[in-house]
Amino acid sequence: MNRSIEILIELVAVLIVMGLGIAILGWGRDTGYVLQGWLIAGVAGWGAMWLINRLNAPTPKIPLQYKDEVTKWAVLACFGWGVLGFTFGGLLAWQLAIPALNGDMAWSNFGRIRPIHTTAVIFGFGGNALLATSYYVVQRTSRARLASETLPWLVLIGYNLFVLLSVTGYPLGITQSKEYAEPEWYADLILLITWVGYLWLYLATLARRAEPHIYVANWYYLGFIVVIAMLHTVNNLAVPVSFAYAKSYPLFPGVQDAMAQWWYGHNAVGFLLTAGFLGMMYYFLPKAAGRPIYSYRMSILGFWGITFLYLWAGSHHLHYTALPDWVQYLGMTMSIILLVPSWGTVFNGLLTLNGAWDKVRTDPAIRFIMVAILFYGLTTFEGSFLAIRPVNTLSHYTDWTVGHVHAGALGWVAFITFGVMYKLVPWLWQREGTYSLRLEAWHFWLALTGAVIYVGAMWNSGITQSLMWQTYDASGAFTYSFMESVDAMRPYYTARAIGGLLYLLGALVGAFNIYMTINGPRRSARPAEAGPLMQPAE
Amino acid sequence: MNQARLERNGIAFACMILFVASLGGIFEIAPLFTIENTVEKAPGMRPYTPLELAGRDIYVREGCYACHSQMIRTLRSDVERYGHFSLAAESMYDHPHQWGSKRTGPDLARIGGKYSDAWHVAHLKSPRALVQGSVMPGYGFLAENRLDTQSLAPALTALSRAGVPYSDAQIAHAEQDAVYQADPDALNEDELIERYGDNVQVRDFDGNPGRVTEMDALVAYLQMLGTLVELEALNPEEIAR
Ligand code: HEC
Ligand code: HEM
Repeated sequence: MNRSIEILIELVAVLIVMGLGIAILGWGRDTGYVLQGWLIAGVAGWGAMWLINRLNAPTPKIPLQYKDEVTKWAVLACFGWGVLGFTFGGLLAWQLAIPALNGDMAWSNFGRIRPIHTTAVIFGFGGNALLATSYYVVQRTSRARLASETLPWLVLIGYNLFVLLSVTGYPLGITQSKEYAEPEWYADLILLITWVGYLWLYLATLARRAEPHIYVANWYYLGFIVVIAMLHTVNNLAVPVSFAYAKSYPLFPGVQDAMAQWWYGHNAVGFLLTAGFLGMMYYFLPKAAGRPIYSYRMSILGFWGITFLYLWAGSHHLHYTALPDWVQYLGMTMSIILLVPSWGTVFNGLLTLNGAWDKVRTDPAIRFIMVAILFYGLTTFEGSFLAIRPVNTLSHYTDWTVGHVHAGALGWVAFITFGVMYKLVPWLWQREGTYSLRLEAWHFWLALTGAVIYVGAMWNSGITQSLMWQTYDASGAFTYSFMESVDAMRPYYTARAIGGLLYLLGALVGAFNIYMTINGPRRSARPAEAGPLMQPAE
Repeated sequence: MNQARLERNGIAFACMILFVASLGGIFEIAPLFTIENTVEKAPGMRPYTPLELAGRDIYVREGCYACHSQMIRTLRSDVERYGHFSLAAESMYDHPHQWGSKRTGPDLARIGGKYSDAWHVAHLKSPRALVQGSVMPGYGFLAENRLDTQSLAPALTALSRAGVPYSDAQIAHAEQDAVYQADPDALNEDELIERYGDNVQVRDFDGNPGRVTEMDALVAYLQMLGTLVELEALNPEEIAR
């Protein structure tokens, strides 16, 4: 596309966002909401100025290199949100162990803080890791520079604006309460606009590729982008009260809303936290281990299996509820079958390491990735198991679910991210390697210990909880009151908080290591990395 | 289209993903809007009064759903602890639903009438003063915050656009109705009942008759939860699952 036309289209999008911000700050009634309007207008206004300057400047010469500056910022954002999100997770954990920590103020109570944690880790940490690696991977596997000079920055900034609006909104009480879709209508709109840009950028870059085939990793990234666009749009359909309020009412009522929400919720896990990160695995694991993917066929089966099946599984979150039974049974069945492509992918990943197992011992980054795959296998097995109706009667509404979530979150998502970052950062900043392998190893063991304590504590507390809720005495009355089950949780909540603290410590060690790597000396000679083949400018 | 060809065309690949991924939603969600017995007929259901709605919005805002479910499953251990299992109809006016996913605290689907207003107010202000060992946060600030009633008419309008059958009269009187419901001396109690039916509870909920606070709204909401449908009058065949 002609450069100025492209910038003009982007300018229109940015001006729409700016208009939204101005409308909010003009008509808004609550201070917090008005401040959000200022934030939107400020960021968008700055973006518009930046674009206008580009428009006026003479066409710059585009270097025949990969566009990596923007990737670096996404890496930094990933670590920033990660540390913040883990800290808030730790705070929540301590609030449950020592309830006085709620402070009993409006902005500091558990209910308002909890979405800060989930948003910061899923969208802040996970999302930026995916932005960074997708930008990196699509260029290498296509041997082409990103298809735009401006759009990658706008996507990165728009996306992080969305995360920032979300996490600053929750303590002010701005939420629509749908899990992982808490942000209100205006933040949702900004994400939607950003996402269209991301999809366009990805497809346009793929279209420039110098390779005939689209590499496996890109299928997963593309799956992540396309499916999240669909889920986000449908689940966030809502009627805003007016520009004066942050509040909106979701379009669907009761049962339908619940089904749409868990169709979304389960697939935010399936396509953001799974497919996106499998994309990461399919590029970085073979690269880091120096081995080709074990089976191309298995990756095709895995990909289409996951893409088809995941979307049917959401109703396993609603067993025995007022959702019609046929949907529940369908959800259960599909969830069980889902184990096949999931474990196919696990074996594909592990067998890729064949011939490079010694590196698992010597290279903590590869160890992170390998353990991540093991956790992925564990979590998908557990997930299919929990989707079985009788098992679900035991696990649902208890801490077992939280344990399951964090086996996936701490063990899979965060482990593979750390492993990949330890490879990606030296490659991006052209360093010999990371600052310290010993610190990497420390991070690994702290994280693993923390994750095992966390998940172990939650399995125990979850099963204890549900047994206490379902135990009857000889006369047919409940043996335990609800409060007795709350009391029984105390040691587990404390253990979980300690596990979380170890995990956070590990992440801090990791962040320090990354910081020192970036600040360290450049690699003396740049080994030949194949550059883009195509002439990037039209 | 086969994989080898898809792999050579990004746009076709993306379209194929969209097609394959949309099937689940099309077959599981879309029928919920058309199959008639998805939501059974339940006598007594009515939209929230403005005060209850305000309370519900506060429930959402504070994230009570993070610890409380509002969905009694058909399991024996749920029904015996919390009451008759929840019907789809009981959340037919809920935008969004509040079924929840975690029971750090007990289910609240039928909490209405279980405790006195005074208990709720004291409990919300300081849970551990009433229930030793509770991990619930305190919400004393709700009793201090005056309820924003101005936003209620636009809120009802928005909900009616989403399909809740609020009448023009209900929307026009939203602000007034909220105040009347929390005022034991209100002369216009009849008007409110005329508009919303006789299962509306009218009284001062927060023990502070001088002001309508957020506490009034939240307690009014808690006290009506699960009380609308006349469960005895239900046809067991229709709700059988
Ligand atoms: C950190 C989790 C948590 C949050 C957040 C929370 N609660 Fe609770 N809640 C509990 C626990 C635990 C109990 C049981 C102990 C007790 O009665 O205090 C409880 C009990 C209750 C009860 C009594 C239920 C019964 O049957 O005895 C009500 C009513 C209640 N909560 C309302 C609320 C409301 C309204 C909010 C939001 C403003 C809220 N809770 C937020 C944990 C929580
Ligand atoms: C230091 C590490 C972490 C700690 C201490 C922590 C702690 C917590 C706590 C206390 C909760 C609330 C549980 C409850 O309501 O009872 C929670 C929920 C959650 N966390 Fe974390 N967390 C951590 C890391 C992560 C990571 C890395 C992710 C994802 C990438 C994640 C995703 C989630 C999700 C999705 C939930 C909601 C679970 C549900 O609804 O069942 N967490 N976390």
